[in-house]
Amino acid sequence: MDKDINMTDKEYSDYVDKKATNSPMLKHIIMAFLVGGFICVIGQLITNTFMHFGVPKDSATTITTIILIFIGAFLTSINVYSKIGKFAGAGSTIPITGFSNSVVAPAIEFKTEGYVLGLGANMFKIAGPVLVYGITSSVIIGFIYWLIKLFL
Amino acid sequence: MKIGKQTIKLENTPKILNTSSMVGPKEMQGPLSSYFELHTDDIFFGEKSFEKAESKIMKTCVDNLIAKNGLSKEDIDYIFAGDLLNQCISSAYCIRDLNIPFFGLYGACSTFCEGLMLASLFVNAGYAQKVIATTSSHFCSAERQFRMPLEHGNQLSPTAQCTVTASGSALIVPKDVNSDSPYITYVTPGKIVDMGIKDMTNMGAAMAPSAYSTIKAHLQDTGRSIDYYDAIVTGDLGIIGSDILKDLFKEDGLDISEIHNDCGVLIYDKDSQDTHCGGSGCGCMASVFSGYFYEQLKTKKLNKILIVATGALMSPVSSQQGESIPGIAHAVAIENEV
Repeated sequence: MDKDINMTDKEYSDYVDKKATNSPMLKHIIMAFLVGGFICVIGQLITNTFMHFGVPKDSATTITTIILIFIGAFLTSINVYSKIGKFAGAGSTIPITGFSNSVVAPAIEFKTEGYVLGLGANMFKIAGPVLVYGITSSVIIGFIYWLIKLFL
Repeated sequence: MKIGKQTIKLENTPKILNTSSMVGPKEMQGPLSSYFELHTDDIFFGEKSFEKAESKIMKTCVDNLIAKNGLSKEDIDYIFAGDLLNQCISSAYCIRDLNIPFFGLYGACSTFCEGLMLASLFVNAGYAQKVIATTSSHFCSAERQFRMPLEHGNQLSPTAQCTVTASGSALIVPKDVNSDSPYITYVTPGKIVDMGIKDMTNMGAAMAPSAYSTIKAHLQDTGRSIDYYDAIVTGDLGIIGSDILKDLFKEDGLDISEIHNDCGVLIYDKDSQDTHCGGSGCGCMASVFSGYFYEQLKTKKLNKILIVATGALMSPVSSQQGESIPGIAHAVAIENEV
């Protein structure tokens, strides 16, 4: 190809990498740690509160999960979660509230294309792959666990 | 008449009789707010979807252009329009109600210059007396097509750009129309230049080589030197792309830093508006040219400018399939005297 630019693609890409400002890694890690930790502390508080009032541990953790999912969905719908995500990054994506955000966000967005082919079909656009590979890998791990138990 | 490798000289020098621009709320908070003619504070612009809002922004912009020149839509011979959405729906639904023969264009963010170029060629050849070129883009409709849902909490790369919510349109007429308007003298359609950049969040880097290629071809073909122009205005290279463009010219021993401007850099205040590398989208050059630069030409603060709209011709599908981003740039020379 006759190129006007006196650089190979590789040289250009190296040059661009030098030019591009990198994400502020340390800041992102610290923010993710703090916000992610804070969400976990809230979860723990909820669990402990329920246990304090005599709810068994299993039920208390399930209730906590449900409450956190609701909080994530609620904050998404009032345009707050995307703002938290902007500075917290993985800190707000990884906890279950982030999972809730990733389901509710496309649901809001694709409502304009109707409830079935819009909202219904696109709701799991982001969370879908997580579910597919999450479930598949837990099945595989479960199978390995079963095999190991068989021989030990 | 074709001169050199790529450029066309417009012997009949059509005029840009007038322009019209309309922007959204974020653009109104930017440094160029006083230059935009129309604006809306409502991102939905009273519509039910972002796509409909974008269409309406374009329609309002075109209606305004027609009305302020005392014309009716029957007076317009042809309209060249384009946008970023699949199948160019913003343009199609805008023009559905206008009843004007329509050419739909897609050149990604380079579409405004592509439209301006074709419109002026039509008028230059005498095929038409009044032709409109217009484009639009909308932050929200572009986000949902190219990136993540709006409410999803994620972080953008520092190299990312922000699609502007805006539309701009220009009315091209023959030179004998009595008005003190700038002329289009040369147009240089660009070639696709692809330097193998695959990062969709760094479009400036993908498009800068094409801008360099087109500007260089324009200068070679016309025999003009870089300081012939008062300003060389690129569409949406953003901060990094502009930097790369300057570096590429530096290699040739040319310093363009004094005369180079980029609409994507101008439209937002990077620090207070959190726009990372600047604005992008079809509406970026359209609104900034129609609002700001046209005004500068009219008031003779600038007399000779070269506008170079740059586009990244990828789609989410091509990117997911691992393709690199092809860049394109079209240049239009606009001068107050011929």
